[in-house]
Amino acid sequence: MTRHLAIVPAYNEAGAIAGTIADIRKHSDFDVLVVDDGSTDGTAARAAAEGAVVLRHPFNLGIGGAVQSGYQYALERGYDVAVQVDGDGQHDARHIPDLLQHLRTNRDLNMVTGSRFLQTVGETYRSSASRRVGIRIFSAILSRITGRRITDPTSGFRMVDARGIELFARDYPHDYPEVEAVLLLHFHKLEGAELPVRMRERASGVSSINAQRSAYYMVKVLLAILVGLMRARPAVEAGDKAPVTAEHTI
Amino acid sequence: MDTRIQIVAIVVTAGLFATVFELVRRRALMERYALLWLFSSALLLALAVWRNLLETISSAVGIYYAPSALFVIAFGFVLILLLHFSLTVSRLSDQNKVLAQYVGLLREHLKQQGIDLPPEPGEESETDEPAKEPAVVSGTKPRD
Repeated sequence: MTRHLAIVPAYNEAGAIAGTIADIRKHSDFDVLVVDDGSTDGTAARAAAEGAVVLRHPFNLGIGGAVQSGYQYALERGYDVAVQVDGDGQHDARHIPDLLQHLRTNRDLNMVTGSRFLQTVGETYRSSASRRVGIRIFSAILSRITGRRITDPTSGFRMVDARGIELFARDYPHDYPEVEAVLLLHFHKLEGAELPVRMRERASGVSSINAQRSAYYMVKVLLAILVGLMRARPAVEAGDKAPVTAEHTI
Repeated sequence: MDTRIQIVAIVVTAGLFATVFELVRRRALMERYALLWLFSSALLLALAVWRNLLETISSAVGIYYAPSALFVIAFGFVLILLLHFSLTVSRLSDQNKVLAQYVGLLREHLKQQGIDLPPEPGEESETDEPAKEPAVVSGTKPRD
């Protein structure tokens, strides 16, 4: 019997978290872990009332730190598969069985990402023009680097196997992690693939990226990609020096 | 070189050195962060006092007005110090993240074992005991 975990990062999503958890339960048999990233609106209480396991950060770390906590929990409890589902209800849990099926049937795959842009039939996901341009640029760069077609590099709707869990628990990018995580996976010679999914409009709350910040976001992520390319060892392997130390540097 | 500018330079660098030294003595500044400060202020003071050395250095690198070599060196130290602080901030925020994540995991562990947790600083304890009345931490107002 394999064990499955749904990691739900949430920051001030009290209005949407219960629906998200119910949605996951309805469509899959995944255990639900809500990572409350220092919310001030009772997100953790709502999630606990729904019966989810709740990890609560003492303060806001950002999406990268929240997701990594989820993977650390998954690693510690010996889960075989973990899927990331945003707490705002944007990711449709209907697709979780599809992602799992794809991961199971292709044993060489370590990560399956739900892509909004893979499907050309039906209505496409609506987003602002500046975001679409940014996404297209990232797609082109990442596809070129990784040698596989990546259509939705900013998608946080992802399922990974045990190796992916271990990697992300150990090392996960900080600020805008979705794009960098694709690179990280590639550098560790793990395989990824995309599946078409539908995503919903946000149920409540405010997205972490608004239109004005898009340009800034793009520059930061491009820089992160560049630095990532030049970084010789993106993660700490067993026997390496500790990633964090209180020793004085300089 | 003008004597007035030398006097000003000596007074300023001596003041800097004395301040850093006093901060370390009072343990306001940790030694590990003070070393760079002490070293740079001591060197600047030495250059301000020892005029020939400064003039030798400035003519060697092609600076005609010797006191401006002092500023160049001081600016170099400022850059190094700023880089040093950026490194420190990066390291601290990384350690902070690791700690926060570990606190989250620990809280969850304790809760699984049915151990009551103290309320978070500045927060109501409603996240821990949703059934009970939210306890008010002294000195903070309950929020909705």
